[in-house]
Amino acid sequence: MIVLRSTGGRRVLPGFGLTLGFSLLYLSLIVLIPLSALVFKTFTLTWPQFWEAVSSPRVLASYRLTFGASLIAASVNAVLGLLVAWVLVRYSFFGKKVVDALVDLPFALPTAVAGISLTALLAGNGWIGQWLEPHGIQLAFNPNGVVIALIFIGLPFVVRTVQPVLEDTEKELEEAATCLGATRWQTFSRVIFPAIAPALLTGFAMAFARAIGEYGSVIFIAGNMPMVSEITPLIIISKLEQYDYAGATAVAVVMLLMSFALLLFINALQAWQRRRTGALS
Amino acid sequence: MSGATALQARVSRVQAGTTEPAWVRWVLITLALSFIGLFLVLPLAAVFTEALRKGFDAYWQAFQEPDAWAAIRLTLLTALVAVPLNLVFGVAAAWAIAKFDFPGKAFLITMVDLPFSVSPVVAGLIYVLLFGAQGWLGPWLQAHDVKIIFAVPGIVLATVFVTFPFIARELIPLMQAQGADEEQAAQVLGASGWQTFWKVTLPNIRWGLLYGVILCNARAMGEFGAVSVVSGHIRGQTNTMPLHVEILYNEYQSVASMLALLALVTLVIKSIVEWRHARELAASAEVPPERPSTSTASDSVWGAPA
Repeated sequence: MIVLRSTGGRRVLPGFGLTLGFSLLYLSLIVLIPLSALVFKTFTLTWPQFWEAVSSPRVLASYRLTFGASLIAASVNAVLGLLVAWVLVRYSFFGKKVVDALVDLPFALPTAVAGISLTALLAGNGWIGQWLEPHGIQLAFNPNGVVIALIFIGLPFVVRTVQPVLEDTEKELEEAATCLGATRWQTFSRVIFPAIAPALLTGFAMAFARAIGEYGSVIFIAGNMPMVSEITPLIIISKLEQYDYAGATAVAVVMLLMSFALLLFINALQAWQRRRTGALS
Repeated sequence: MSGATALQARVSRVQAGTTEPAWVRWVLITLALSFIGLFLVLPLAAVFTEALRKGFDAYWQAFQEPDAWAAIRLTLLTALVAVPLNLVFGVAAAWAIAKFDFPGKAFLITMVDLPFSVSPVVAGLIYVLLFGAQGWLGPWLQAHDVKIIFAVPGIVLATVFVTFPFIARELIPLMQAQGADEEQAAQVLGASGWQTFWKVTLPNIRWGLLYGVILCNARAMGEFGAVSVVSGHIRGQTNTMPLHVEILYNEYQSVASMLALLALVTLVIKSIVEWRHARELAASAEVPPERPSTSTASDSVWGAPA
């Protein structure tokens, strides 16, 4: 046995070169080379041109809207997603399985369809809009609509990251806390919440990252007024439509850098989460 | 006797201490269900109501329209190319990553996730920069009369990009958890590489694989942003179903309802796969299971950059 192990079971299986080679080739062709085209295109711009493209007032307004609305939507998702995950894991009620399956709807429903149906609901003549409009509340065709669409899009992330962690938390810890005289709220805030916090933060970051890049659902409901309800991805599209390829690329690079930063942040969060669950068990 | 009842009282108090009072439970359930109802059920209901507003006849008529047909065909074609490509990649990448150790593995996993965190609009843009009239390869393509942007190949490429990680993402953790022991046993017993894959690995990963394919397919058929950038919106030629929905924005939305129906079918199949997978795990777990059996399939999040 020892002899077998020392030769290393590593390369006993065939296909390492083939599968890794193919994976790297495919990854390069589909993802890496096209993405590098974006970077090289930016180098054709001089620094002042680049700065001009990514910091004009209209573009700045779109960053504010995109990041602001994404932050609000991800925060709402963190709170309500935790609530939904909690209810799905801890309680039993009629129709629970259906609700559990429905949570994934925003992943399965094409974003354009989501955008149109949310607009139909919230517009002045829609099922919800018609009750709100007399009171002067407008949820479609302004930044409110952007936030609502982004809440829809990000809904599953927090639920699906928190749910498995909540399932795995040990009841014994809660029993111990109760035996030691903790109230239910103390048990939640000091025992349960710290255990699920990394997952909650990961879900929040994922919902935020998705919201920043979202396009399909938002453009239908936003109204797309320059300076008011125009998101950054739409800026890229409208620059493209005016054949301003360099300008579109510059804004896209800014978005790409944001995505990279978030991806690294999420990876770090998950490493933290793994260390914590590893330390617990 | 009195000691026993006192003990019982304490046990029930501890049990009560690990859940909430009934009224809190009901308030929380009601809040969660209202949120789900308002944000998920109502929009879904609105899609179907809008589509059927003018009755079934008008609904069917909208499908008879040649442009709608062309959109449906193009969407099916796109998914038919994109899903198998990413399936082959997913299996190959998961095999290399899960069964072998090599430097830079963690970095490779991050790169696989990259398309998830890139905005769909940026995904479309990069192909325009490569293959568009003013792009790197644009002049060469024009000279050879090959059209990629504003044509079907561009749509397929953009779709492949946005659905790139789905199957790999599903298989990598699954195959990592399973390890390489069974495959090594098969090798020792004289199986060839292909035999090992088809008879040992594939049966072990089939539910995860199916799960990934469902997610990949749903996204491939529903992608809007990336496809919108590269399509050129030529009616009857380069409009997929989601783009057709956009054009008909203010008309009755038969195609939208069809896509919504597709989403529901996806959810149903996904639930069945999860349920079958959980049952199989429970059945095979003669040794006490380490964790609740459903978690393998539902652990991962669609589109999750993990």
